[in-house]
Amino acid sequence: MKVEAKDIFAKTELRFPEKVSGFKGDVFEPYFQIEPQSVVEAGRYLRDEPGVQFEVLSDLTAVDLPKENKIQIVYHLYSYSQRHAIVLKVDLPREEPHVSTVENVWKAANWFEREVFDLFGVNFEGHSDLRRILLPEDWVGHPLLKDYVEQEEYDGISTQREPLVEKLLR
Amino acid sequence: MQPLINSLPESVFTTKVDDLLNWGRASSQWYMLFGLACCAIELMQTGGPRADLDRFGCVPRATPRQSDLMIVAGTLTYKMAKRTKLLYDQMPDPKYVISMGSCANCGGLFQLAYSVCKGVDKIIPVDVYVPGCPPRPEALTEGLLRIQEKMMRERWLVKQPKVAAESAGA
Amino acid sequence: MNEIAHTEGEVFHTEDMTLSVGPQHPSTHGVLRFVVRTDGEVIRKAIPDVGYLHRSIEKIGEKVTWHGYVPYTDRADYLAAMFANQGFCMAAEKLGSIEVVRRGEFCRAIACELNRIASHLISVGTFGQDIGAITPFLHALRERETINNLMEEICGARLTYNYIRIGGVGYDITREICDHITEFLDHFELIVDEFNRLLSYNKIFIERLANVAVITKEDALQYNIVGPNLRACGIKWDIRRDIPYSVYPELEFEVPVGTGEKGTLGDSYDRYMVRIREMQESCRILRQCLKMMPQGPAIAKVPRKFKPPAGEFYARVEAPRGDMGFYVISDGSEYPYRVRIRTGSFTAMSLVEKISHGIMMADLIALIASLDVDAPEIDR
Repeated sequence: MKVEAKDIFAKTELRFPEKVSGFKGDVFEPYFQIEPQSVVEAGRYLRDEPGVQFEVLSDLTAVDLPKENKIQIVYHLYSYSQRHAIVLKVDLPREEPHVSTVENVWKAANWFEREVFDLFGVNFEGHSDLRRILLPEDWVGHPLLKDYVEQEEYDGISTQREPLVEKLLR
Repeated sequence: MQPLINSLPESVFTTKVDDLLNWGRASSQWYMLFGLACCAIELMQTGGPRADLDRFGCVPRATPRQSDLMIVAGTLTYKMAKRTKLLYDQMPDPKYVISMGSCANCGGLFQLAYSVCKGVDKIIPVDVYVPGCPPRPEALTEGLLRIQEKMMRERWLVKQPKVAAESAGA
Repeated sequence: MNEIAHTEGEVFHTEDMTLSVGPQHPSTHGVLRFVVRTDGEVIRKAIPDVGYLHRSIEKIGEKVTWHGYVPYTDRADYLAAMFANQGFCMAAEKLGSIEVVRRGEFCRAIACELNRIASHLISVGTFGQDIGAITPFLHALRERETINNLMEEICGARLTYNYIRIGGVGYDITREICDHITEFLDHFELIVDEFNRLLSYNKIFIERLANVAVITKEDALQYNIVGPNLRACGIKWDIRRDIPYSVYPELEFEVPVGTGEKGTLGDSYDRYMVRIREMQESCRILRQCLKMMPQGPAIAKVPRKFKPPAGEFYARVEAPRGDMGFYVISDGSEYPYRVRIRTGSFTAMSLVEKISHGIMMADLIALIASLDVDAPEIDR
């Protein structure tokens, strides 16, 4: 039976007072914010509570917001049995972003978190195997940040483009 | 390809030794399956039933040790570049390289990407470039015929001065 | 160090081997690498190593315009290019509040179902090739050539189509193309039976695949497996039925689920048979779409400088490899702020490490072929 997003938020707020906030229900994807420290317990509650039962972590990704000086981790949860969805957002400071891993709640988070570490530089505490996944092991920098600058050469191959291409790209 | 001249019609052909050797080599180029991305699917289709590569004597080999043609089909990333050089070095001489598709020629439509090597000729020497995204089977067959022509022009018995680009092999 | 006692009382010492399978190998699933630690033929641990085709498609999304990003979504999964196009266009249309024209929706459904058949043909063909049956692969390629011809008539390209645009489709499907599609369907439904006789009910094929690499329901949910892999475990979940989009609510089709017919529920044979049955269901959907298609324009009027208001949306489409999700954030400018593509192969690949413990080397190849993973989907 489908539960409305605001009821899910109300239940979670009852269980974790002061830790959840900022519910927005009138957008295409209703979401609410969670404090970084309580994301693991909230995830476990949302997965196991009867009537809510988010068995599946659909997606775990990050968005870089340099204007507000934060990196936002976005969790998309879905429930096959109850047919409802919710989005959780966690805000982290841009200098040293770190949050606990939800790997023990949903195993799918293992590779998603490795990808976020690789591309954004977010440190997931407690992760069993946090290393780069998509880029080579000796790559410098985290590319999907908005202020990323490409390195001059990698492994002896120059990364400079042809002058005509550089002119067209400017 | 130059025809073999039939001077005694019963069963004797006269030709140059170079032409005979080159004819044998050009009619049986064994290519290494080096399909990286979308062009690999078109490479498979070219080896498939309608546009057949087997009628030119080209058989796909999985290992570089048994092949003399390397068709680089698809985008080359920096992570894959070192392995490409390793595989190219493992092929026995004389060896040829076809660069298939725009990603292998010059980086293709991924000019803005940070992890794509802008052209396979930054790493290994290329003999024939086949344009297209992905190239049709007919285009790849044309590239193969150009390599055949290149092979037929090579001379083995007399030392050629290294002035013209087309005289020395590979 | 392992010890195997010889019959005469001697002890034979062996050691574990570490092999690197890939990144260049004769299977056609792309550039994937596995670091495998084996004891003879039995695998102790198989760790996947991916990223050899990481083309930074997500970063490029922040630098090109909305209309200009559609060809890049083609390359995110080149075997199912129409679905990736559709996912991004659905997200862009929702953010920009654009209503897709009705004829455009039917053209999209026709193109997508043809693409699904083409993708599953490659999947079952290379499955047979990896097991050792080289001939059915050529039969599959022959059928795929006809579909490539149809795609070329529809949109001009054989592999990376750029056909589904924001607001509808790029070109209209004419009466002549519809007749060609009907001819193809009449011919193809017999070919599936021929394929079944050749490969699916072949005793050697069944013995190779039954009871191999079983995925349980709990694992499937924990690791977020989607698509035919999930349906083969017995969970009946299809985005076209459960989170419907486009014209699928009006069409009649079955969702094939694995039944453990030749072995356990959720083994490799189930994953293979689900794909064969999905091809037959796609034929049914195509016939209905061709009958129900209305007249009208093929694309809605969309401004050239498309600037949707700020917001975010997560669009899902049922691609041949599972539920492909497009999480698109717009900040009101003519470039997207963030495009995130979540694919089914990424999570299926993360399951390989757990399941591969204790199976043989040849079964590892069968497992990867049965999961139908695809390098561009994993690396993007």
